[in-house]
Amino acid sequence: MTSLAPTVVTTNKSGLRSALAWVGSAAILFVLIALPFVLKSYHLGIATQILIFAILAMSVDVLAGFAGRTPLCHGAIFGTATYFVIYGVNTWGLPLPVAMMIGVAAATAVAAVFALLAVRVSGVYFLLLTLALGLVIWGICLRWSQVTGGENGLRGDLRTGALADPATFYALVLVISLCAFFAMRRFVNSPFGLTLRGIRDSESRMASMGYNVTLHVFLAFTISGFFAGVAGAIYAVFNNFVSPSAVALAQSVQGLLMAIVGGIGTLVGSFVGAAVIIILEQFVSAYTERWQMVLGIVFILIMLFAPEGIVGKSRTLWHRRK
Amino acid sequence: MTEPILKLTDVSVQFGALRAVDNVSLNVSPGERRAIIGPNGAGKTTLFNAITGVLPPTAGQIVFDTHPISRMSPHRRAALGIARTFQITNLFPSLTVDENMRLALRGLKRRKFSMFGTGTLDPDENTLATRSLEIARLPTRRQVLVKELSYGEQRQLELALSLAAQPRLLLLDEPAAGLSPAERSMVADIIRSLPRDLTLILIEHDMDLALGLVDFVTCMFEGRVLVEASPNDIRANSAVQEVYLGKARHHG
Repeated sequence: MTSLAPTVVTTNKSGLRSALAWVGSAAILFVLIALPFVLKSYHLGIATQILIFAILAMSVDVLAGFAGRTPLCHGAIFGTATYFVIYGVNTWGLPLPVAMMIGVAAATAVAAVFALLAVRVSGVYFLLLTLALGLVIWGICLRWSQVTGGENGLRGDLRTGALADPATFYALVLVISLCAFFAMRRFVNSPFGLTLRGIRDSESRMASMGYNVTLHVFLAFTISGFFAGVAGAIYAVFNNFVSPSAVALAQSVQGLLMAIVGGIGTLVGSFVGAAVIIILEQFVSAYTERWQMVLGIVFILIMLFAPEGIVGKSRTLWHRRK
Repeated sequence: MTEPILKLTDVSVQFGALRAVDNVSLNVSPGERRAIIGPNGAGKTTLFNAITGVLPPTAGQIVFDTHPISRMSPHRRAALGIARTFQITNLFPSLTVDENMRLALRGLKRRKFSMFGTGTLDPDENTLATRSLEIARLPTRRQVLVKELSYGEQRQLELALSLAAQPRLLLLDEPAAGLSPAERSMVADIIRSLPRDLTLILIEHDMDLALGLVDFVTCMFEGRVLVEASPNDIRANSAVQEVYLGKARHHG
């Protein structure tokens, strides 16, 4: 494994190519580290947001790209962590790191419950069931106003001290998102990760060879929910505010779109997908009110010409070129 | 007579009004090689599904090596030592041959739950993988994606996967389906070369192929057992000729 490419193990990788991949990875890392010295704080905030959503998109990719189960509830799992962190600090008076841990734990627990309900189905039924489960969370956040603040949401004051500095916060999020990336990459390439790809290809064959398919999907779902929770907990600090839109369906769709645009089953594509979507949102909306139309056209073009996503397509071209 | 390793008592599988398998009783001794023959729709594959747990029987008892398994899930039956191949090729097409073997080898091992370990085969696993692939005569091309293999090679891999976990009972569902005559005789050779202590149940349409490989034959017709006899008696049996040879159809 020499490049940032996690899953496609090429069979006859030439030395030159892997060297190039190393150089490429190092260059990207260098750019990511150099960003705080170049960008203004507003743009640095966008970069931070991209990294946070890349973690969410990767958590979706673990399920959609590897286990072959496309979820539409990860926004709700993400937002659960966000709510818990802000509520924990505001109401329980917890120190921020403790509140964040509780937020991640709560998101993981929600994911485990969702997983119990959703593991037995696949395909479009899985999509619809997870969508409905996500809507339940959204409904709770919207209606339980004594706790969640209803439509007004909850305002926090979490970015105090060193975190108030955009560069410091960016650096922290960069470290966490890289750790999450390497952890998930290790996970999908582990023997357990291989069982997920086996399940994606043939559940009946897996069962006939002794695999408890339901248990494997349950574990994958819960672990993926943990990472969505990590993203949600950081988002609480980043945004200092949470409202039902953080757990809404649009958030789940956003995470899935980022994974698809970047390249499903690639993990690293989630960074690219998050960057493309967030940058388009931010910059196109500065020029036209019809930015959503532009976004829609971009999705259509990607689905027509690179259905395997930006990273997936680049890899195909790269391997064809030799 | 030794105690049967697989014992079916009055097993039925019912879909609505249709009894695909109708009161089938069957005893298979350890180390025996048994063929199940019969025309299309006789219930052969459904019987396999009942034995492997894909479709639990709606009535009757299945006992494997003293374990009652009628209500057991497929993966727990696999853990007892039951393996199968599929009539319609059922592999992991987007993975390499090597990765397919890894999955086959680790189905019954704790290592399948390792979330941070590396995926490569350890020396023991590698020996087993190599041996299974050699038995299936597919020893090279370990790094090729399965979807890039020829159909014949995929059928061979189908066999290699089912052998990898060293089962005690192997169910072969038309292992030669769709193969050319030359490939069929190779599959026959592969089956002949399997370890003699492995109990084998073979579904096959090709009578000549099946009868040359087994000790005993069960002929099914419309969900029921029609005749059980040795291969030579099956050839001469008029009931079998009537339902099977007389109206033989090609598998479509």
